[in-house]
Amino acid sequence: MTAPTLIFGWGNPSRGDDALGPLFVEHFQSLAALHPEWGEVECLTDFQLQVEHALDLQGRRRVLFVDASLDTPAPCALSRIEAARDASFTTHAMSPQAVLKVYADIEDGAPPPCWLLAIRGERFELGEPLTEAAQQYLETALLVAADWIASAA
Amino acid sequence: MSFELETAISPEKLRRVAIDPVSRVEGHGKVTILLDDDNKVHQVRLHIVEFRGFEKFIQGRPYWEVPVMVQRLCGICPVSHHLAASKAMDMMLGVKQLTPTAEKIRRLMHYGQILQSHALHFFHLASPDLLFGFGSDIAARNIVGVIAAHPEIAKKGVLLRKYGQEVIRMTAGKRVHGTGSIPGGVNKSLSADERAELLKDIYQMVAWSRDAVGMIRRLFEQNLAAYNEFGRFRSSGMCLVRADGAMDLYHGGLRARDADGNTLFDHFDYGHYWEVIAEDVKPWSYMKFPFFKSLGPDAGSYRVGPLTRVTQCDSIPTPLADKEREAFVAFDGGSAAGATLGYHWARMIEMLHAAESVKDLLHDDDITGADLMATGQRQERGVGVIEAPRGTLIHHYRVDENDQVIRANLIVSTTHNNQAMNTAVREVAMKYLSGKEITEGLLNYIEIAIRAFDPCLSCATHALGQMPLEVALVGADGTLIDEVTRDQRGLTRALA
Repeated sequence: MTAPTLIFGWGNPSRGDDALGPLFVEHFQSLAALHPEWGEVECLTDFQLQVEHALDLQGRRRVLFVDASLDTPAPCALSRIEAARDASFTTHAMSPQAVLKVYADIEDGAPPPCWLLAIRGERFELGEPLTEAAQQYLETALLVAADWIASAA
Repeated sequence: MSFELETAISPEKLRRVAIDPVSRVEGHGKVTILLDDDNKVHQVRLHIVEFRGFEKFIQGRPYWEVPVMVQRLCGICPVSHHLAASKAMDMMLGVKQLTPTAEKIRRLMHYGQILQSHALHFFHLASPDLLFGFGSDIAARNIVGVIAAHPEIAKKGVLLRKYGQEVIRMTAGKRVHGTGSIPGGVNKSLSADERAELLKDIYQMVAWSRDAVGMIRRLFEQNLAAYNEFGRFRSSGMCLVRADGAMDLYHGGLRARDADGNTLFDHFDYGHYWEVIAEDVKPWSYMKFPFFKSLGPDAGSYRVGPLTRVTQCDSIPTPLADKEREAFVAFDGGSAAGATLGYHWARMIEMLHAAESVKDLLHDDDITGADLMATGQRQERGVGVIEAPRGTLIHHYRVDENDQVIRANLIVSTTHNNQAMNTAVREVAMKYLSGKEITEGLLNYIEIAIRAFDPCLSCATHALGQMPLEVALVGADGTLIDEVTRDQRGLTRALA
């Protein structure tokens, strides 16, 4: 049975603040276990978003994408996203909007309601740990996501 | 390979066009072209900002962590690094032969990786150029255009990719950062349920892979002269082959042939790769230029990857792919086998081989076996070589008595192909750009030449807001004449 809520974070855990997406998912999974009222939640991570992730959206009621972002004001920003064509369609790392567009095209229907939680990242070097600032942004982002899931539960 | 156009005689008098970064290529690539006032091309260079920090990233770590850690070097081919490091650590542990279950599970994982990587590249990164034309309207020349015009092709691409990822997930134990392959063997085999799940769709994957070979063949037939001549150059090549000379993407000896097909070395023990390969440096590039020692740095550059593997092996050990190989090398008197765009055809033959190999392995009871580990006499050094989707991948480690890695050297496929990609780009610039007004469509020709090699630049980082493509035209005096930027939303605008 597919969980109605999907939390999908992505990034490379060994590249400084690029770890924000997977780390968020790890923490949120623990949090969700303490909140059965949120309903069944599936948490997934990957290095990068790609075309096949459109198939992870099948059968969902709502989806939250989570990623580190260089151009998001600190600490984070939550926004509703829609399917859209963009230049990331033809790269090795797609945007969530482009993944929704793939879903719409191959499923011939609208994707489930999706949001993007972009968490401000500062440094992305290989082998570096999460920056102190990103650690704080992560904590705020978890609170934002808890509000999001509670309000829609 | 030719070095013409590598360095202009009087660069200060020329205009400079930069494609920075190259789109549909992983990581950071940049092409600079120097033109005179008549738009005649005088110098072309592909600069790849190769990440050289991985040796430091690995040093000091215990050897058993390495096969998992190295997956974080690259978001595109983590499984190839996982397996190459595991093979190096097998040698370090003195393991000369894995158990049948361990070897077959690793092979299954590897073929899953080949399948998903080749599917992504062909259906989503290369097909827009091939289906709509090299200089076609940029608004349609992307995967959305492919989905709109050829929905069944795009869907096959997504499902082939997904299937390959599922093979990886089941053999590596996890969707990301799998731990399945460990020094000396594997830590899991397939359960009966996993085997049944994969068997369910494998025949469809074989059929779709076969269709894909047919599709690229038809494209060649329809555009014979253009495809054969595009970025064409003579080159040596290197790949692994099995003891009987057949293709083997997981293990074998090194085979190298020069541009005339003469054998330079064959079944060479990759544990001593440095005896036949050296790396040259050039002042204008951060990435090294490997070459065959026997030919020297000027004549010894070579290419790796699908085109070399399919043309240098004596056969492919799965029937459908071998039949396609025979057709490929015989096509039009062998012309496609030397064409840069022949990479796409060869890549699809390999995808078919990978699908057939997955099918065969799923019917082999060893993949559910319980004998997972082998042992041997501990060594100080280990070398692992694998044919990754993009070409030969070398991992070389030295481990001290405390089990810590004290030295690491990695030569990735994109580095092997550095000179070959530069040569292809120069051929295309000379033939299609020289003497003409530079347009986005013409610049895409350059990118098509690079994309044929499917370069991966070992960069797994990403962030929202990156700019996929910038083109700058700079005057001889260094002033910016014009600049076009394509942002994440696919917009194109002139800035100056």
